[in-house]
Amino acid sequence: MNFVLIFLITIFSLSLFFYGRSKTKSISVENNIKLNALPKFYGYYLVLWCSIPALVFLLVWSLFEPVIIKTIIIETAANQGAIFNDTNEANLIYEKIKAIHLGTYFGDIDSILKESAISYAKFINLFTNSKIVLIFGIIIASVIYSLKKIKNNNKAREDVETILKGLLFVSSLIAILTTLGIIFSLLFESIKFFSVINIFDYLFGTSWSPQKAFVRDASAITADEYEELKDAFGFIPLIAGTSFIAFIAMLVAVPIGLFSGIYMAEYASMKVRRVSKPIIEILAGIPTVVYGFFAALTVGPFFRQLGESFGLTVSSESALAAGLIMGIMIIPYVSSLSDDVINSVPQSLRDGSYAVGATKSETIKQVVIPAALPGIIGSVLLAVSRAIGETMIVVMAAGLAANLTINPLDSTTTITTQIVMILVGDQEFDSPKTQSAFALGLTLFIATLILNFIAQRAVKKYREKYD
Amino acid sequence: MTKEERLKKRHRAEKRFRFYGLSSIVVALLFVIILVNNIFSKGSSAFMKTVINVEVFFDPELIEIKNGATEDEILSADFFDITIETLLKSYPTKNIDEEDGLIDLFTTDAEIEIKKAFLDNNNLIGKKINLEITASDDIDQLHKGNYPRDLPEDRRRISNFQLEIYDNFVESNKIDKNFNNYFFNNGDSRDPELAGIGGALVGSFYSILICLLLAFPVAVLASIYLEEFAPKNKITDFIEININNLAAVPSIVYGLLALQILLATIQLPRSTPLVAGITLALMTLPRIIIPCRASLKAVPPSIREGALAVGASKFQSVFHHVVPLALPGTLSGTIIGLAQALGETAPLILIGMVAFVVDIPSTPVDPSSSLPVQVYLWSESAERGFVEKTSATIMMLLSFLIVMNILAVYLRQKFEKRWN
Repeated sequence: MNFVLIFLITIFSLSLFFYGRSKTKSISVENNIKLNALPKFYGYYLVLWCSIPALVFLLVWSLFEPVIIKTIIIETAANQGAIFNDTNEANLIYEKIKAIHLGTYFGDIDSILKESAISYAKFINLFTNSKIVLIFGIIIASVIYSLKKIKNNNKAREDVETILKGLLFVSSLIAILTTLGIIFSLLFESIKFFSVINIFDYLFGTSWSPQKAFVRDASAITADEYEELKDAFGFIPLIAGTSFIAFIAMLVAVPIGLFSGIYMAEYASMKVRRVSKPIIEILAGIPTVVYGFFAALTVGPFFRQLGESFGLTVSSESALAAGLIMGIMIIPYVSSLSDDVINSVPQSLRDGSYAVGATKSETIKQVVIPAALPGIIGSVLLAVSRAIGETMIVVMAAGLAANLTINPLDSTTTITTQIVMILVGDQEFDSPKTQSAFALGLTLFIATLILNFIAQRAVKKYREKYD
Repeated sequence: MTKEERLKKRHRAEKRFRFYGLSSIVVALLFVIILVNNIFSKGSSAFMKTVINVEVFFDPELIEIKNGATEDEILSADFFDITIETLLKSYPTKNIDEEDGLIDLFTTDAEIEIKKAFLDNNNLIGKKINLEITASDDIDQLHKGNYPRDLPEDRRRISNFQLEIYDNFVESNKIDKNFNNYFFNNGDSRDPELAGIGGALVGSFYSILICLLLAFPVAVLASIYLEEFAPKNKITDFIEININNLAAVPSIVYGLLALQILLATIQLPRSTPLVAGITLALMTLPRIIIPCRASLKAVPPSIREGALAVGASKFQSVFHHVVPLALPGTLSGTIIGLAQALGETAPLILIGMVAFVVDIPSTPVDPSSSLPVQVYLWSESAERGFVEKTSATIMMLLSFLIVMNILAVYLRQKFEKRWN
């Protein structure tokens, strides 16, 4: 249906373009007046007026229609005597009603469902019809308005440009909308979660095992049950595991990345640079799921065998394997950023150092790096935020159980792993377990935001110093 | 310490420092080589499949259709008895256990393969043909040398009797390797020999197409606005901060966004390329806007001023002159953004693309998988055959990424103007 409507709107707009163009031409010839804009702009003007209001209306309508119909149907079903205790059951009944309407439901159909399916069909019909009528109403109104405008020989080009400029502005607003969407969707579920679990119990709890938290009525939790729930949602082991794996990753990425950045910027010839830089950047382009596969199937078992030969017990999901592979993934982020930063240190600083007899490495260590330090720290912080937000490597190669450990050979879990584990498979909506994933997401979002903010500030400050 | 000794020491330090730098580059390059080599050595065998040559006799007594039957009749006919008969005749067996062992050497889809052969030439009743039937995953892996046969029998998935049959087949040249058409044509399957990336390829294609259609226009328009029209004020600053932050938000957060807004609120269908495409578009948008703005910024102001000087409006100077010149950079930025989106896994897992989907999706609103998610799914499977399938899927994914990146570099080098 929507496709037909969009098609019709497109066809209609296009024909209006030709109409507007020839109409204004003929007006100018007949009345011998000078047009305020080229004839084609009058065509564009009509097209924009015809299509934009209708399409925007169609979009908004399609976004809200399913939600509204669902609320109405669930309410009517409830009025007719359907019984459901929570939103899950209500959703189930709604799905059943929809399936009956589409003729794809093969279970028992009682009278309530049947009635509801009939009223569902009625509402769908009503909504579709009113949608079509309203859209045509909008098109007719806006076309009449714009036709009147072009007959009065308006400044069509300026008007078209104003509309297009509005369109450009709206496009750039999508970034803000996305941010708002993220914040809204994370906060919405997190607030529900924190209304059950005290935020301080979450932040400072030392045990994480959401599988222990069964679905229960969140409004009636006894003190004993709360104690148990509280133990299921303690954030400390997760942040510890996340930081630990990120730390191992940085132990790999920072020295290798920094040294290759320095070599690339200070020593390498143009030729070496041209070849090796893109090859190192391949590491950043490889999808993380590939690293995860490599870590889980090759590196993890390899470390376990290696450990066995030394008489050590190494978990096949050790933090070491996940951290090492994550470090490799991050090398190019550190190396190319620090390469850029070092390159923008002014040559005069180096020349001054050489002039007093320092060797190249002494100049780098004592002049270039101190000068570039804010930028380098910024790039390391960006890499850290990359590491704590990284998902696939740890989902595939790190463990699932939340151990508070600092043994790199042991398995440990991370925030992102837990989000995935909670949300994959059957979800019980409105359970503290599902909501906890959003609380974790919110924590992750805030943490990366702060890191990025500091890092960007550091890099910017540094740039300004030498620009 | 004399002056000369100190100087020597300093020069040694210089050499050491230089060596550290060089060796870290070498280490990084080595990682690339190890990774790629590991994937390729594991995955390349998945493009071939092991087949066993058997003689099929279309016994009129075992089959209820006649020569010249219509296609519908053949499709609904039962070929099970013929299949069992065929497989059992391929090697002498003594008891029912041995019979089961023999049948297990062939794929579970043997009946379908025989039916297909019959469909191609339906005058076969009462005739004998030689047919290559796909071997089961265990035999496939054994034949490719991925399966250790010197383990004790109770720790092996293949019994001694099955090994004996296999050796006999090899000696009598009945086992062969063919191009693995299933890998490209089939959807997911529980049986590794039948599992393919057809569904994942189509799913990824739809997702990326939707991502392109949504993200590219919006990103270009937004960057034109920010670079050319935006007044210097708080709103513009706020938009810029937002874009920079969004580019660094972990991808899994976009998965949560999609789960809450697209699935729970707007009620779009789960596990579909449509939702995946929208999610990836939101994620890719800031990553495309940044290079787009850079390429618009690289167009020198003299171009704009020249256009304005001959009477073009601001809009005309931007759309007739600046945008076409910035287009190569814009396109290559978009392609790199799409390449990142193609490899993205975490948000797709959250929107339910991990569902087990056998059918190849025909529209963007059918449940589907995608290439990286298929890698994740198969890497969790225990069967040995999925290891090579996973590696081969990664090879496909990497080759798409390489092609996209080469295209991006080509576009930039071929069409971008250098201004100084």
